[in-house]
Amino acid sequence: MTETVPAGRLSSVSSGNALELRGVTKMFGALAAISDITLTVRSGERRAVLGSNGAGKTTLFNCVTGDFLPTGGTIRLFGEDVTRFPAYERIRRGLRRTYQISLLFNGLTVADNVYLACRGVSRGRFSFLRPRESDALIARADELIAAVHLQDWRDISVANLSYGQQRQLEIALALAGAPRLILFDEPAAGLSPTERSELIAILQGLPGHIGYIIIEHDMDVALRVAESVTMMHNGTIFKEGTPEEIENDQEVQELYLGDGHA
Amino acid sequence: MALAEPRKSAVQPTWVERIPAIWWALLLVLLTMPAWANDFILFQVMGWTFVLGMIALSLMFLAGYGGMVSLIQMSVAAMAGYMVAIFGASGVGDISMGLPWWLYIPIAIVIAAIFGTVVGALAVRTEGIYTIMITLAIASAFFYFTRQNYTIFNGYSGFNLVVPPQLFGVDWRQPMPFYYLTLGCAGLCYGAVVYVSRAPFGLALQGVRDNPRRMAALGFNVTAHRVASYTFASVIASIGGILLVWQNAQIAPGTAGIPAVIDILVIAVIGGITRPIGPFIGALIYVLLRTFSPDVLLAFGLSGERFKLLVGLGFLALVFFSPDGVLGLWERWRARRARRRDPLTGGEE
Ligand SMILES: Nc1ncnc2c1ncn2[C@@H]1O[C@H](COP(=O)(O)OP(=O)(O)OP(=O)(O)O)[C@@H](O)[C@H]1O
Ligand SMILES: [Mg+2]
Repeated sequence: MTETVPAGRLSSVSSGNALELRGVTKMFGALAAISDITLTVRSGERRAVLGSNGAGKTTLFNCVTGDFLPTGGTIRLFGEDVTRFPAYERIRRGLRRTYQISLLFNGLTVADNVYLACRGVSRGRFSFLRPRESDALIARADELIAAVHLQDWRDISVANLSYGQQRQLEIALALAGAPRLILFDEPAAGLSPTERSELIAILQGLPGHIGYIIIEHDMDVALRVAESVTMMHNGTIFKEGTPEEIENDQEVQELYLGDGHA
Repeated sequence: MALAEPRKSAVQPTWVERIPAIWWALLLVLLTMPAWANDFILFQVMGWTFVLGMIALSLMFLAGYGGMVSLIQMSVAAMAGYMVAIFGASGVGDISMGLPWWLYIPIAIVIAAIFGTVVGALAVRTEGIYTIMITLAIASAFFYFTRQNYTIFNGYSGFNLVVPPQLFGVDWRQPMPFYYLTLGCAGLCYGAVVYVSRAPFGLALQGVRDNPRRMAALGFNVTAHRVASYTFASVIASIGGILLVWQNAQIAPGTAGIPAVIDILVIAVIGGITRPIGPFIGALIYVLLRTFSPDVLLAFGLSGERFKLLVGLGFLALVFFSPDGVLGLWERWRARRARRRDPLTGGEE
């Protein structure tokens, strides 16, 4: 056990943790985008990750989901060592993510996008049989589309959606199936105030067993949806604590809150 | 709540009613063609169009839905043709085994599908131009191998007298039976591709085409999906290949030589790879040019050999003016016509 893990979290057994990172490092050539990250997220925990541009937040997500393999360290997901697993194996175990820059299927409709997300975490990915109108996954996809208020755009090609709508669709894709841990990469960026409060409502309305990590520049959003905060700086973890601790921390204020970012 | 309300109203047309009139007209023309077209048109023009269309359709499936431009499809077709000659009967008695048709046809399709799958497994790790290069390299290796190998492929001369079985007392190489045989197979393959494109497998393939990284982040094994699409496409190509051998009554290395491999690409691009009908349009144009342009050229006092020049120039012009093929031209023309309609009466201005 590493000493950097706060004592309170040590008590939770390993199976009670959604995510455990030990010394995770990712090099891009000579640049360490993240170095020696050790982090534990309990099942059902809701955590915000803060940090300035280039701090390594997205790279951390990419290592957890398997978009990139880390250069060093181990990643345990729901108690299982997944460090060398391909992305799809981790997703099938209950991990989900959204992308900072929307990664959608532009040639397909909204309904097809969400249907694919539902199909990807269920069986029959290779099915040659068309789904019937009564298919449970189609109904589930329609629920998700309604949850992000895209029902009127259901049969519209994704390329024709507005920026905000594409961000909403990103979230719908991440909610498909039975997620246990969701990684949101700046989901509120570029949303209108209304869309923003809808997003907060969606996050707050998630069932208690679903944990998430959210990267968010907007302190107000982050503090409303998270119970713990991890502060990153230059590829390392700079501070961990409750929202109040972070907000009132002298060093954090000097580094981030003082020099008026936003 | 989206769940509670039925998504379709009672007055919505059934899928049969939704098929546009032009398709019914096309079906009627195709079904009655033997009544008014001569044997040459039935066998040489239409039969060949359907066969080449099926092989190009397998490329359309990979390229249009999967974003993978594979040049191995003609070789897969030829592999199936060779297997029919080897496991069935041919003029080369030392090699051909003379198995019954219900054995050699499935064997040929399975072996060709395995061949296509293995090539696919090698090719899917590459992207774009590298996929074209690796499949072209394997296609030319297949050509040289068949030319040099005498124990299995009978080298330079290949196999002659490869004919379809006399099933139901019909000689399937006669123009009318062959026409209906190829029409039926082409219709089945076309229908299969249209159907699968909206099934989870086909939909996921289009997802892989648009965004492989996101597909992996949704739980899909992108590599396995791509390889499986090669298998599916290979089955279609091998049906085309078997019919091609029967039509020519022979198969030789040149059947899948580099010119033939490129022709399949040209056919698919001319027709358009966005929809499964494109390859058949491309094949018809190719076959018409190939069949009739020598006569036209001769009439102008040019060498009949120059038909390739015509095909090439036509290809160049098309790629230049309409990168999405004849289908793209047609769709743009329809869109323009729809715009020009009078909004009140619906008639032309
Ligand atoms: N694919 C890549 N190749 C090379 N360098 C990369 C790559 N991805 C990220 N980096 C570098 O790694 C560092 C961390 O980037 P990352 O995207 O993780 O930051 P971030 O905290 O998400 O920043 P932002 O707030 O701007 O999204 C940056 O210096 C970035 O340039
Ligand atoms: Mg980022």
